[in-house]
Amino acid sequence: MLRLVSLLICLALPVMAQEGVVLGLSQNRVAITANFDGSEILVFGAVKREEAIPDGPPIEVIVTASGPKEPIVVRRKEKRFGIWVNTDSVTVDEAPSFYAVATSGPFNEIISSVEDLRHEISIRESIRSVGADMNIKDAQDFAEAVARIRENNGLYSLREGTVEVAEQTLFRTSIDMPANLTEGDYATRVFLLRDKQVVAAYETTIDVRKVGLERFLYNLSRQQPLIYGLLSIAIAIAAGWGASAFFRFVRQGS
Amino acid sequence: MQIYLPIAEVSVNAFLLLGLGGMVGVLSGMFGVGGGFLMTPLLFFIGIPPAVAVATEANQIVASSFSGVLAHFKRRTVDLKMGCVLLVGGLTGAALGVVIFNYLKSLGQVELLVQLCYVIFLGIIGSLMFIESLNALRRSSRNAAPVKRKNHTWVHGLPFKMRFRVSGLYISVIPPLLVGLLVGVLSAIMGVGGGFIMVPAMIYLLGMPTKVVIGTSLFQIIFVTAFTTLLHATTNYTVDMALAVLLLIGGVIGAQFGAVIGTRLKAEQLRILLAILVLVVCGKLAFDLLVMPSELFTLGAAGGH
Repeated sequence: MLRLVSLLICLALPVMAQEGVVLGLSQNRVAITANFDGSEILVFGAVKREEAIPDGPPIEVIVTASGPKEPIVVRRKEKRFGIWVNTDSVTVDEAPSFYAVATSGPFNEIISSVEDLRHEISIRESIRSVGADMNIKDAQDFAEAVARIRENNGLYSLREGTVEVAEQTLFRTSIDMPANLTEGDYATRVFLLRDKQVVAAYETTIDVRKVGLERFLYNLSRQQPLIYGLLSIAIAIAAGWGASAFFRFVRQGS
Repeated sequence: MQIYLPIAEVSVNAFLLLGLGGMVGVLSGMFGVGGGFLMTPLLFFIGIPPAVAVATEANQIVASSFSGVLAHFKRRTVDLKMGCVLLVGGLTGAALGVVIFNYLKSLGQVELLVQLCYVIFLGIIGSLMFIESLNALRRSSRNAAPVKRKNHTWVHGLPFKMRFRVSGLYISVIPPLLVGLLVGVLSAIMGVGGGFIMVPAMIYLLGMPTKVVIGTSLFQIIFVTAFTTLLHATTNYTVDMALAVLLLIGGVIGAQFGAVIGTRLKAEQLRILLAILVLVVCGKLAFDLLVMPSELFTLGAAGGH
């Protein structure tokens, strides 16, 4: 029996190593310009293998894209003195600013929870909250609130069945990036799965950056806040003066 | 056309912002108010983070006040000396306000503070204005003589007297300093010019002649809001120049049209309209505080920022 198992493992291992991912992106950088209103990135690829397609359940594909991870403070409101005020707060150690998961089938049917945990694939696993205060009841709710709020804002999404797989070899999907993106390196991962196990993974990054005027204003506001503030005031005064001068001219002219 | 705001980091429709600026501009031109108390809550409603809304609105008020004060300088209806006294109070108040604002921000209570301030002040001012203008309407229909203002109040008993020639006053500097201080704090916390508090205070508390009140308050507001903008820009990095420019383009154009409309309506009617408007905004904000929100949780950046 033991021999049979080890034989199976020996047979299985090469199979796992045999399949790899070849990936292409329609664009590997997203420029946030002044009139940026979201972007759709096409992700396409192929399963690279030396041998014939193995038997068994067909290959499944999961594609994820994740914005930069950062700690966030989650606050809960409670009714105090008749009005709703923030009371408890929990710092969630790490949550991506954006997270999109696209799968080729129903999530729970194509990946085991152990693999999900190991690779942090699902939305729930992408949010890490370990340092929750013991004094706060229902600390778990806070991490769930992050997922819920960001799903409602379109920042987190799980789209099942949106990865098209052809002939167990070619796959394609698209990632919708909303208009309210933040800057950073967006890790894009592709997982190939067989029998709920990850058989191959691939990672690349999409570079999301503010450009042009957006970049200039943002940098100026952080690096030279005094100049930025003075510039804002100067623009305001010029606009106020310009408008009243212009309208006086129009009124006198007519 | 969507536009991505570099500091607020949200994407909003540029025409919506121009329209909001224009609409508030028309109202501010009609009623002779800065419009900050309307614009800041409207910015909250369209999803601009409150900290950005407050700081950026202060910047926009600089533009609309500057446009207004030029006309008053030409008509010589600015009491510079009184303006400077108010300004000293105002700058101190603004600095204090920003400190309070930043402290509460680190506690996560800044939204509550801003909303509470709005509900309280809009509620008080709106109700007072409503009652006052109702009475005025009734008086004007009966043709009764207007109530005579008291010439001597407790204000005249305070020390450190100073002569304000343009206003024709000889009063202590303490009340104007305090009025300036209060307005400065409110400017920093609420993102308003504070004209809606300063104008009644100048008329009823300091007893200034009505014709110099608007010009003098605008003069003070320019400097206090400019200072507030600068403080928010350097400590919080929350002034969004793109947002401010769009709002003020709409605002300054709207204000010119508003001023024309305003001259065609009666003063009492104008005031009652403004009072109703103020109470509506107040009611909406109070409603949000009292009714259980659909989402009990809110997210904020970590690290006290």
